[in-house]
Amino acid sequence: MFRQLRTALRVGIVTEPPPPPHEIEALGVRLREEIRRRFGRSLAIRQVDAGSCNGCELEIGGLTGPHYDLERFGLHVVASPRHADCLLVTGPVTRNMAEALRLTWEATPDPKIVIAVGDCGRDGGIFAGSYAVVGGVADVIPVDAVIPGCPPSPRALLAGILDALGRRR
Amino acid sequence: MIDTSLGAVVPVLVVAAGAPFVVGLTRTLKARLVGRRGANPWQPYRDLRKLLGKEPVVSATTSWIFRLTPYLLAATMLVAALVIPVVTSRPVLGFAGNAILLMGLFLLGTFFLALAGLDAGSAFGGMGSSREVAVAALAEPTVIVAIFALALRADTIDLGLVVERLGREPSLALNPAHLLAFAAFFIVMLAETGRLPVDNPATHLELTMIHEAMVLEYSGRYLALVEWASAMKLFLFMTLLANLFVPWGVPSTAAPGALALGIAVLAVKLVVLSTALALLETAVAKLRLFRVPELLAGSFALALLSVMAVFLVR
Amino acid sequence: MSTAIYGLAALASLAAGAVGLHGLLGGAWTLTVPWLVPLGGLELGMDRLSGLFVAVVAFTALPVSVYAIAYDRGARSGMGAYLTFLGAMLVVPLAANAITFLLAWELMSLASWQLVARERSGGRAAWVYAVMTHAGFACLLVGMLLLAAGTGSLTFADWRAAAPALDATTRHVIFVLLALGFAGKAGVIPLHVWLPLAHPAAPSHVSALMSGVMVKLGVYGLIRIGLDWLGTGPPWWGVVVLVAGTFSAVIGVLYALVDHDLKRLLAFHTIENVGIILIGLGAALVFQPVGARELAALALVAALYHTVNHAAFKALLFLGAGSVLHATGTRNMEEMGGLIKRMPWTAACFLVGSIAIAGLPPLNGFVSEWLTFQALLQNLSVARPALNLVFALALAGLALTAGLAAACFVKAFGISFLGLPRSEEAAHAHEAPAAMRAAMVALALACAGLGIGATLIVPPLAAVAAELTRGARVPITVFGGVTVRVSGDFASVSTLTVAAALGVAVLLLVAGVRLAGASARARVSDTWGCGRIVQTARMQYTATAFSNPFKRVFDFFYRPRRRLDVDLHPESRFFVRSIAYESPTRSIFDDWLYTPLMAALGRATATARAIQSGSANLYLAYILAALVAMLVLG
Repeated sequence: MFRQLRTALRVGIVTEPPPPPHEIEALGVRLREEIRRRFGRSLAIRQVDAGSCNGCELEIGGLTGPHYDLERFGLHVVASPRHADCLLVTGPVTRNMAEALRLTWEATPDPKIVIAVGDCGRDGGIFAGSYAVVGGVADVIPVDAVIPGCPPSPRALLAGILDALGRRR
Repeated sequence: MIDTSLGAVVPVLVVAAGAPFVVGLTRTLKARLVGRRGANPWQPYRDLRKLLGKEPVVSATTSWIFRLTPYLLAATMLVAALVIPVVTSRPVLGFAGNAILLMGLFLLGTFFLALAGLDAGSAFGGMGSSREVAVAALAEPTVIVAIFALALRADTIDLGLVVERLGREPSLALNPAHLLAFAAFFIVMLAETGRLPVDNPATHLELTMIHEAMVLEYSGRYLALVEWASAMKLFLFMTLLANLFVPWGVPSTAAPGALALGIAVLAVKLVVLSTALALLETAVAKLRLFRVPELLAGSFALALLSVMAVFLVR
Repeated sequence: MSTAIYGLAALASLAAGAVGLHGLLGGAWTLTVPWLVPLGGLELGMDRLSGLFVAVVAFTALPVSVYAIAYDRGARSGMGAYLTFLGAMLVVPLAANAITFLLAWELMSLASWQLVARERSGGRAAWVYAVMTHAGFACLLVGMLLLAAGTGSLTFADWRAAAPALDATTRHVIFVLLALGFAGKAGVIPLHVWLPLAHPAAPSHVSALMSGVMVKLGVYGLIRIGLDWLGTGPPWWGVVVLVAGTFSAVIGVLYALVDHDLKRLLAFHTIENVGIILIGLGAALVFQPVGARELAALALVAALYHTVNHAAFKALLFLGAGSVLHATGTRNMEEMGGLIKRMPWTAACFLVGSIAIAGLPPLNGFVSEWLTFQALLQNLSVARPALNLVFALALAGLALTAGLAAACFVKAFGISFLGLPRSEEAAHAHEAPAAMRAAMVALALACAGLGIGATLIVPPLAAVAAELTRGARVPITVFGGVTVRVSGDFASVSTLTVAAALGVAVLLLVAGVRLAGASARARVSDTWGCGRIVQTARMQYTATAFSNPFKRVFDFFYRPRRRLDVDLHPESRFFVRSIAYESPTRSIFDDWLYTPLMAALGRATATARAIQSGSANLYLAYILAALVAMLVLG
């Protein structure tokens, strides 16, 4: 117990500075002002795995760690779509997960935004055209922003989410 | 007259407004202790404000109990704020009850929250309800024996009078029985407010949840009320620990100057307790669910030892 | 026809209730009819304690009889037994001599036995009930005859006067015998085995009376022998009652937690609540002889208050369970669910009963448990470490009971009424008819009134306690019509203020949330099931699952057997066809006490059967031997 505390006090804060703003590919972004007003300081994110290879999940996992620290921007991950404002959807939507994704979207209270992560989320990525895959996330639920990459690094993810919120750093 | 109305309004405001800060401070400290920058301590206020603006989604399976529970839960916390000596040692509703009323009020809130968990007909809600009432029931004997230990020394069970009498005579407060009762009550606080090692407030794994599982179905303003009520419960338990076991600096009048002093002293005590809580939560891991009764039995043993210590010291 | 009889019963209860109230508030009277009953005549006497119990019986029987008008509509038999039952229960507290008492007691037992025995499921329950109640009656009979022999009279007034002159051993023996008899009727551990069998088997309105009122008459007897007929006894009487009460409370609620039959669960809660009453009574019996007579009065007020409260909420809960049984045809919680939408009145009344029995503020259960706590907490006035330790353990036991009772009623109300219906019958349940609803609402209002109006209930109870503790000053005062104060500034409570504060707070919050910008609407959707496509009622938590944490924590007590049968597909051991899991709990009393006892009794009677040889000559020889023995001994 004390070893952990000593390590923490010795190592200190390791959080990196936030990534600079840059253009991200966006599909049908709603009024930035409204999103920033509502969610600029506090966003609850629910991550949905719609058939992904889990590469994006590993990168998203890094977001909650000390180096990229999502919480300092008021963003946090929640356990239920009922608590969420933002659905972070990974993976090409497989046929088995299409209905589940739609139910998740319906269970989320309004107003909400949807961010599709990775090339798979954009249009199916390397799995596009497969018999098991429906297509990108936009083919099942309305999407507000896309963060491309295979997988996108945590820096890109963080930049993408902050840009979707219209946050200045 | 002014004093009475101030004495009625100020504790409620302090509890209602201060509760999210205590939660935020604990979270920030925990983040810093693991090397993260973390959100700033005012973040819970932003979260609550955002939640109020969202339109809740309510399951068709639920009944009026689901919609009433958040309001009733928050109401029990607000009424408890008037019964506990928060800022002064003469709480306005102190005549209306004592520690037993307090435990009854908290149990009333837990009862309804557990019912709300069952109301949606989901598996998680039932699981959360079952575990939460089990933990709450097993914590009750410790509370009453710890209160008995305090009442033995102060010769009263009225919380305000306990604070005043223990504050006047330091010898009553600085002895092993007191420390044992403090330890027992601290463990009960962890159990009742759902903190590590009993329950992890930040977990996303439903199978490890106790409190969170009951509120998975809430959204919007209902969720805001439930989260706020949980923060108030933590605040009230910390206040009890602070004022009953460290009873100095609690004024007995509700004059504006005395109130300001009371608030300042309470703030200091709560910051110290939040730091202690953050350190503890960072250092320990969550207990397996069926080890929690062992922990609570241990706290009961501590409380019983405290009572026996009173007899030995006399 | 049945309507008329039950209506008559209701009116008679109302009249009896008025008589009881009059007695409670100080109107004492006696009535003697020497020729009506042999061996002493019928003697009735009213004092404050009798008045209280008559009022409790009557005012519980009133809504129950109204309920029965609709519940038992068109019944052809059983009404004579019901009227006898009611009448006997009204006479027991009024009896002023042993013969009247025993006669009324036995009539009460026989009438209730009859009502249990005529039910289809009542066979074994009726047998166990008959055995236990007659074993108790035998103890009562012997005890009272010993007391009559020692004091030379059969009237209670004479016993009161002559009790101090009895020698100690006789008093102890009489106390133990009478206590066993009364405790058996009250359902105290370990004499409780008949309760969870008989109360569920009886029809619901009879169960309400048996649980709500008949067991109270056992408590009445215990109060009489502890404080009245035998004078003041030594502290160990109180310790025995206190310990028995604590065990009953904890064990009763532990058994209730793992039970899924709605009525049997309520029966176990009766055992628990009688335990709580006995904790108060036991404390009084300990305080009285050691000189703390004020505390004895306080503890007695707590016990009496809980008696009244339990009658109210237990009757309410049984009537609610009867309503559910009437609508769904089942008592098994695992087959219910979603009833709050289909039976809103029953659900609301059952909820009030659940909050009351869980001892949550501001309803009545909380007030009497609070008073019991206050009596126990002040035990340090009696500076005997052994007693202090017993009191500390009683405190812990009472607190544990309170917590577990709340947990159990979350299960009982939540699984039965909330969520989705788990069977066809539950899905098609209908609300109860008007008479049943009226009775339940009346009792629910009574629970609320007894809780919020505590300042009105405490003074008459204090007068009863003062009478019983020979004029001790009762340390409870009512302040400002709103607060109940105990022992000066030791503690105070005001349920009226708490209820008002909660109400105001809820309203302020509703307004405040609206003002803070929240929308007033909510979108209705499905329960979040992790994106599962099909959500059925089977995915909900079950009662068995709900009580699982308790089964695991207390498994040294329940000693559950676990049986797991996995049925595999014959062609592949990887495909499971079905899994059956059973985890029945065993009753330690059945295993360790009653089964060996009955086995020993069976062996003894088998041996004694040798006397019955069937030969008439041998029987004539027996008669001759008996005659000779009587002539010699006489």
